[in-house]
Amino acid sequence: MKTFLRAVLPIALCTFALSLTSRAQDIVVGEFASLTGSEATFGVNSSNGVELAREQIDSAGGLLNGRKIKIVLEDDQSKPGQPSAAVKKLIASDKSIAILGEIASSRSLEAAPICQAAKIPMITPGSTNPKVTTIGDYIFRVCFNDKFQGQADARFALENLKVKKVAILADVKSDYSQGLQRYFKEYFTSHGGVVAEERSYSGGGTDRDFRAQLTSLKSAQPDAIFIPGYYTEVGLIAKQARSLGIKVPLFGGDGWDSPKLAAIGGSALNGCYFTTHFSTQDPNPKVQDFVKNYQAKYKVMPDGMAPLGYDAMMILGDAIKTAGSTDADKIRDALTKVKNFEGVTGSITIDADRNASKSAVVLEVQNGAYKFATRIAP
Amino acid sequence: MSQIEFLQQLINGLSLGAFYALIALGYTMVYGILRFINFAHGDVFMLGAFGGYYLTPRIMPHFAGNLAPVGVVVVLLLTMILCALIGMVIERLAYRPLRSRPKLTVLITAIGVSLLLEYGGQFVFGADPKPYPELITDRALENTGALTITTTQVAAFVVTFLLLIALTLIVKRTKLGMAMRAVSNNATAASLMGINIDTVVSFTFGLGSALAGAAGILYALSYPSIDPLMGLLPGVKAFVAAVLGGIGNIPGAAVGGLILGVVETFVGGSAFSTYRDAIAFALLIGILLFRPAGIFGKAQVEKV
Repeated sequence: MKTFLRAVLPIALCTFALSLTSRAQDIVVGEFASLTGSEATFGVNSSNGVELAREQIDSAGGLLNGRKIKIVLEDDQSKPGQPSAAVKKLIASDKSIAILGEIASSRSLEAAPICQAAKIPMITPGSTNPKVTTIGDYIFRVCFNDKFQGQADARFALENLKVKKVAILADVKSDYSQGLQRYFKEYFTSHGGVVAEERSYSGGGTDRDFRAQLTSLKSAQPDAIFIPGYYTEVGLIAKQARSLGIKVPLFGGDGWDSPKLAAIGGSALNGCYFTTHFSTQDPNPKVQDFVKNYQAKYKVMPDGMAPLGYDAMMILGDAIKTAGSTDADKIRDALTKVKNFEGVTGSITIDADRNASKSAVVLEVQNGAYKFATRIAP
Repeated sequence: MSQIEFLQQLINGLSLGAFYALIALGYTMVYGILRFINFAHGDVFMLGAFGGYYLTPRIMPHFAGNLAPVGVVVVLLLTMILCALIGMVIERLAYRPLRSRPKLTVLITAIGVSLLLEYGGQFVFGADPKPYPELITDRALENTGALTITTTQVAAFVVTFLLLIALTLIVKRTKLGMAMRAVSNNATAASLMGINIDTVVSFTFGLGSALAGAAGILYALSYPSIDPLMGLLPGVKAFVAAVLGGIGNIPGAAVGGLILGVVETFVGGSAFSTYRDAIAFALLIGILLFRPAGIFGKAQVEKV
């Protein structure tokens, strides 16, 4: 018994001491993002947004009587398998009270069951696949979902592009792309449109040659081509489509939203459109403040992922304040009550399914710049 | 499928296959000499693409206007020399010390070198995909009727063809080529005849890596987004192409590459595009079931 006490007592004392000091310590928020790999700009820009929000919360006096936020950021390399390892580490070893991440739906879907099982609230800034928040009642999102985005794309095609016959080229490896394709098709075909031909490719840096698919899409003679993919592939697809003599407009979703899109695709993307979460040209002072602060800190213009990261962190901060504690269950309950939160990407209300209902903007690519085209309300 | 679409897909397939062929040559040559698969070959291909990426903005300004084609050739040659040196250094440092060890040891080392280049590349170049500079303007040729053939496709084809001829001449007509064939035939006997095995092996690695470097540049011109992991899949596919053609056989590697490119393209253009790689590889397994040594393997053409 004596030896037992001798062994255990110091440990117990240390733990006690640690728990005392940690009371005044930082609030640890875990974040996983694709800082490298084929969707690297998504992770880099959304985590920049998170960092900007953290800085503003801390300089405004922190949370819960002056406690600062500490963000532990893990890179998942845009690869399947990495998010689960990252999130397990963030929860078990860093003791995060909440998790922020990812943009790509496939990777959020991988991490969500782990957060749900550990009962740690997870907020995805930009995963739009509807399945993500159905994993469980601890999973939230601050962006619109693909059911809405697919409809928005279809409405844009029918009402603005005024096309009735489209072809689709989708990424078979991405939950995001598959979902967007399905919801687009549902709305488009039930409102008088025709899907002339569908082809798929493997994303994530696997396929680089799309001429085979594009050649067969071309012979279906569509009025426009819907490409629900990510920017690296879309840039290459646009180039190859133009060199094959396909002149119709290409359009897609927020997976296109990266400065790299135009850098890879160049002039081949002129007159192409995509739906996304925010436009830097929005005159709303909240947006303009964000653009100004972001540019001052990072010396580049924000894309659509940066404000989503910012809003996710701001909403989490707000929920911690409402909860009045770092208890995961109380934060979760506070998140369910977020209503009309004025974010940079619009007014955010978390609904009963833990989704945010928001409008989408459509941007047009012109000579490497993304110009505001129209806004599509929910 | 209309006739036009068929021909267009054939062009697409052959131009994709040209890349596989160019990379497959390196696999097949090394196998011919050393009987081992250099898994780092696909990553030398990646280094070729990055070589072009960094050389283009430094070389091209010196060759403005009409001299531009000369500049392109200079970039291509410099990259090939660079890759040849890298290939030789890899052989000297990683493979030569293990030459008398079991083949498995060398094979695992090759995988290690491959990972080193990939993740070392991420560290040095950064992991995000980079847009590739336009070394030659990618546009469709005129007067091809309903078919489209682009300048980069033609360039890839012409360069592959020229390199294949050059390689055949080197192997068949030069003294070093003869030494390569001798070492391939029987290394011990060759060394007894006074052939320096180290020189021959080093030369083979240099030659194969130079071809991979050329393929890297041409590939990046056609698909202008490069990253340190870009060599992974083309490397695997080129390896399959080499096996398909009969590994160790030079014309076999070229034909295997073209077949793989065409099969992939036709499946990708069909309604089964979702299963593109699955169907393409199933077909290859089918071919290998009937010709286990590959298409040219049985004929016992000189192995190099």
